Amino acid sequence: MTMPPKPPAIGARRPRLAVHKFSSCDGCQLSLLNAGESLLALAERVDIVHFAEAGIVDEHAEADIALVEGSISTPEEQTRIQAVRSRSRWILSIGACATAGGPQALRNLGDSADWIASVYRRPDWISALPASSAIGAHVPVELELPGCPVSTEQVLAALTSLLAGAAPLTEQDKVCLECKRRGQVCVLVTKGEPCLGPVTVTGCGALCPGLGRDCYGCYGPAENPEVATLAERFGDLGLDAHAVARRFMYQQSGAQPFHRAARDWRQRARPAAPPAPGAESGAAPGPQPDGSTDSHD
Amino acid sequence: MTSASFLPRDRLQALFDRLREQGYRCVGPRVRDGTVIYDDLTDAANLPVGIGARQAPGSYRLTHEGHSRCFAWANGPQALKPLLFAPRESLWRAVRHDDGRMRFEPTAQQSRQLAVVGVRACDLAALTLQDAHFAADIADAGYASRRGGLLLIGVDCTHPADTCFCASTGDGPGIGSGADIALSELESGFLVRPNSAAGALLCDALPLRDASDDELYTAAAELESARSKQHRRLPGRNLRDALFANLDHPRWNDVAGRCLSCGNCVAVCPTCFCSTEREEAAFDGSESTRVRLWDSCFSAEHSYLHGRLLRPDTRTRYRQWLTHKLGGWHDQYGRSGCVGCGRCITWCPVGIDISAEAAAICGETVEPGEARGTREGS
Ligand code: SF4
Ligand code: SF4
Ligand code: SF4
Ligand code: SF4
Repeated sequence: MTMPPKPPAIGARRPRLAVHKFSSCDGCQLSLLNAGESLLALAERVDIVHFAEAGIVDEHAEADIALVEGSISTPEEQTRIQAVRSRSRWILSIGACATAGGPQALRNLGDSADWIASVYRRPDWISALPASSAIGAHVPVELELPGCPVSTEQVLAALTSLLAGAAPLTEQDKVCLECKRRGQVCVLVTKGEPCLGPVTVTGCGALCPGLGRDCYGCYGPAENPEVATLAERFGDLGLDAHAVARRFMYQQSGAQPFHRAARDWRQRARPAAPPAPGAESGAAPGPQPDGSTDSHD
Repeated sequence: MTSASFLPRDRLQALFDRLREQGYRCVGPRVRDGTVIYDDLTDAANLPVGIGARQAPGSYRLTHEGHSRCFAWANGPQALKPLLFAPRESLWRAVRHDDGRMRFEPTAQQSRQLAVVGVRACDLAALTLQDAHFAADIADAGYASRRGGLLLIGVDCTHPADTCFCASTGDGPGIGSGADIALSELESGFLVRPNSAAGALLCDALPLRDASDDELYTAAAELESARSKQHRRLPGRNLRDALFANLDHPRWNDVAGRCLSCGNCVAVCPTCFCSTEREEAAFDGSESTRVRLWDSCFSAEHSYLHGRLLRPDTRTRYRQWLTHKLGGWHDQYGRSGCVGCGRCITWCPVGIDISAEAAAICGETVEPGEARGTREGS
């Protein structure tokens, strides 16, 4: 089953591309569909053999490159990902679900059987695994591109490299570095917002701070993420323990460093009853010192 | 102080008008997103009039002071560095031609005369260091062309921030010889001192009168007061030997427990110059552009040698930053890489204070409460 990472053969025939879906919202497929002209250029260089959002359906097709969206969340998906693996030379997991379990991994922090029982009248009709997990937890994956949704530019850049027989570039740097490269003003320092940029891997172009709001970590942890240190800082900024925990409970709660921070700060928040995961964050910025101003124009 | 002239406050627009007439693109301080940034500026009314800035480790807040001064604040996150050492710059392109051959093409450098109004002393000192790195014997083409067309109008710093310590590094708060024109802001206007041929040419076209003794005295007194307000300092001008003798100091572990390894300190530091390069290839393989981006010694790639990270953790990365900045620079550029601007203290998301870390590691006792830097609750 294990496939060594090697570039697809170029030459004799056009490489075949498949786009598979597991538990997800289809947003990552849509980012590919939204690539516009680049999608047409892609269609000229590869045979798209399976891409449900684009209307091409043949999920059993063999592929040189398989883009996989979604997490493994059901027993059916556990089996299906093995089949996808055996028919694909390169697997690229795309998006927060495929690389870290997605928002549905919030159930990994609680008792999913309890939740199912509290929501559905016939829990026995629901076929779900107790935890949602990344594609890479089930089969070897050649490349992971995180993000909610994945960045179209990153996917296209990775495909460009692969089609040229080169190793795709993987981002490691923190959102902060890109934020500063873009000349954006730090919302943590000027407004006391609990920004996750210092621990989150870049790829989005520091989108949220560019719009004056704090990063909520949708690309997941960067390398060497000092999550515990940042969580302490959020406490200093005036967030209570629940609010600190919730900062790490968006799309990336399944990523180990964020999972640990969420778990530790939920622990600290006891004995007060924790709200249901996924509830509105309400992470408020810290109090403003008297006479301070946040913006002018 | 050399002889100075006086520009009344209500004639300040003349400076911007003359700059435009002389063909300069003009950049200066403006309020944006809760801070003072340097951007295109053609109208004196768009200066930060009446604005102050309260800075503390990890915290920055603008204040409205209700006065008519335009330069009564200490530096925001950036000033000259991004204008010269671009955060992102195309270096060259490789193009595949029909005959199958590759051709390498330099990226065109367009440079236009640029005037920067309101440059501070720390940034002029940092510019000298950036020049030593980018524009010495082997000059960086992009940097050198932008630098060649630069006209600098400096302003004395009369309102240093809590985080400033340029007096201790000897780089401020007054404008020295690095600017084409030096200004001192007073209530009623500006003392104007040209310091280059281009500066003199510009001054000749301004509605100036002689400065009075009173005005000269007031400007000197304000500068002295600014100097004495600075309470942070480095434990010495040359910490090279003290730092390299303390590479195993327990304080490195201590600071690693507080540092995020986020690289904000490097990005805002006006002297830091590290970069990384990338290929950006066209999807059809017809061409590829080589792009240079700001990098930082807090990122993994910075210390990656084949198969191995030399600095895998925050301790070794912070140590690299501090020992290079305050130690290694003496060997490379004949002075410390710190000009005391305090930006790395203010813009560090957790408020780590380089002066306190240096003092602890070099064995100087720091006053209680200074060691961690006093974060404003913000
Ligand atoms: S706004 Fe966020 S991402 Fe940007 S520098 Fe500040 S902490 Fe980092
Ligand atoms: S700034 Fe953060 S939350 Fe916003 S898109 Fe980027 S990674 Fe996601
Ligand atoms: S090390 Fe810090 S204080 Fe010194 S020049 Fe750089 S940013 Fe300014
Ligand atoms: S010292 Fe501060 S700004 Fe620099 S890397 Fe550490 S946390 Fe980031």
